[in-house]
Amino acid sequence: MKYLLIITMNPTVFETLSEADREAVFAGHDALIKELNETGEMVGFAALADPSATKTVRVRDGVPAVTDGPYVEAKEFLAGYYMVDCESTERAVELAAKIPDATFNAIEVRPLMEPGGLEM
Amino acid sequence: MTVPAAAEDLLRRLTPQVLGVVARRYGDFAEAEDAVQEALLAATLQWPEQGVPENPKAWLVTVASRRMTDQIRSESARRRREEAVYAQSPPDELVAAAADEVTEHRDDTLMLLLLCCHPALSPPSQLALTLRAVGGLTTAEIAGAFLVPEATMAQRISRAKQKIKSAGSTFQAPPAHEVPERMRVVLHVLYLMFNEGYAATSGPDLLRAELTGEAIRLTRALHQIRPDDGEVAGLLALMLLTEARRGARTGPDGDLIPLAEQDRGKWDAERIAEGVDLVTRTLAAARIGPYQVQAAIAAVHDEAPRAEDTDWKQILSLYQLLDVLAPNPVVLLNQAVAAAMVHGPEAGLALLDRLAEDERLTGHHRLAAVRAHLLEMAGDDDGARSAYQLAAKRTTSLPERRYLESRVARLGGR
Repeated sequence: MKYLLIITMNPTVFETLSEADREAVFAGHDALIKELNETGEMVGFAALADPSATKTVRVRDGVPAVTDGPYVEAKEFLAGYYMVDCESTERAVELAAKIPDATFNAIEVRPLMEPGGLEM
Repeated sequence: MTVPAAAEDLLRRLTPQVLGVVARRYGDFAEAEDAVQEALLAATLQWPEQGVPENPKAWLVTVASRRMTDQIRSESARRRREEAVYAQSPPDELVAAAADEVTEHRDDTLMLLLLCCHPALSPPSQLALTLRAVGGLTTAEIAGAFLVPEATMAQRISRAKQKIKSAGSTFQAPPAHEVPERMRVVLHVLYLMFNEGYAATSGPDLLRAELTGEAIRLTRALHQIRPDDGEVAGLLALMLLTEARRGARTGPDGDLIPLAEQDRGKWDAERIAEGVDLVTRTLAAARIGPYQVQAAIAAVHDEAPRAEDTDWKQILSLYQLLDVLAPNPVVLLNQAVAAAMVHGPEAGLALLDRLAEDERLTGHHRLAAVRAHLLEMAGDDDGARSAYQLAAKRTTSLPERRYLESRVARLGGR
């Protein structure tokens, strides 16, 4: 079963972290990536640029209108994700807890839809 | 890398035999497995151009062994010595098969299965390793079947091999007292392999569909090795009886068609006959087990010419038996459906109420889906609609969600 571990972050919270804390976050990611590669549970991961680098696109009457900034007005933004392929929700939650950002912000664990299904 | 289907089939069949010989000769499963993979790769590259060699198994053993010796020695003196020894050993692989050789291959295949289904590995790793070592699938094919990147699958497999190595993987049969438990794991892995393929529908997921064929092939091989094992026969029958319905269980868009609405003319009569025959013979002779009972249930479904002819009484008593042999909430869920068909929807719903307390199932979409069906049967359209909606929200299967949403629409809801 595949899960998306969604790292939601408040950029201001991250800015208040000490140098040592930030280093610990980066080191934590390195360690987690290594672990997921070793267990074969890694499907993919990505870190997203700051929300200020975002463009929002709306197509109205066939005309795209592009504005700067994120669509949702919120303190927290999607900062990145891991996609893992693991045995159970319990394991996915366990992995989410290992994402260092969980200490400062929150991680969402969402199962992916599967392209197949059992007979009903 | 296109290989004619016949050659590919041949390679898959030979994989466990070749790996068995090489692993036995050198005693190192992980290295042997790498060597055999390279031999298989060489074969897929060379055979289409040069033709299939006269003795393909000997060819593969030779190529894999050469690779093994390459890995084993480092100095050239040792290399020469070993090559001399090695040059003398292959003839026994090149002469015609001895009368007892078949038995030896069978033992090798079983041993490989037991090794790949090592209890130290997680089920996904057992599955991946079995497909590669015994099934002869490439890492890319397995990765495709499980919809993960090839690098992920490669890591999973090499990690699994390391684990087997550190758990002491000499190519030997596990001690006799461990065999029943290991066999249980082997059967479970084959069952998972089948389900993984069966859950997929069609189109771009053909590779996954191929898994059912692979699971049937391996279970059939296991049945030949252990013809008296009732659970092996039961599992094979269950797979055949389920696979027989494949052509009818999805519509042109990949939509799921429930059992009761399937066009039974599209069921594979040959597979059904083989499955029913297996069930009938086994149930009479062997010690009863969960796979045999599940196969018997599938047989009752498959033997009904029309959905309304289904012998639900028999199915209900089989589920009750299964509930004793291998109690689990999903069995009880199915039993509720059977009870509803025999005694009316209220009887089924009463069983579901008991299940609602079971935390293994609360929040599972199957519970909501079954409740929805039973409520619809009982004429409670509003209750059915919201239960279908709940199930649609909870399922992680796209075809299942489409199906459940179509039931909501049919009840005139939104």
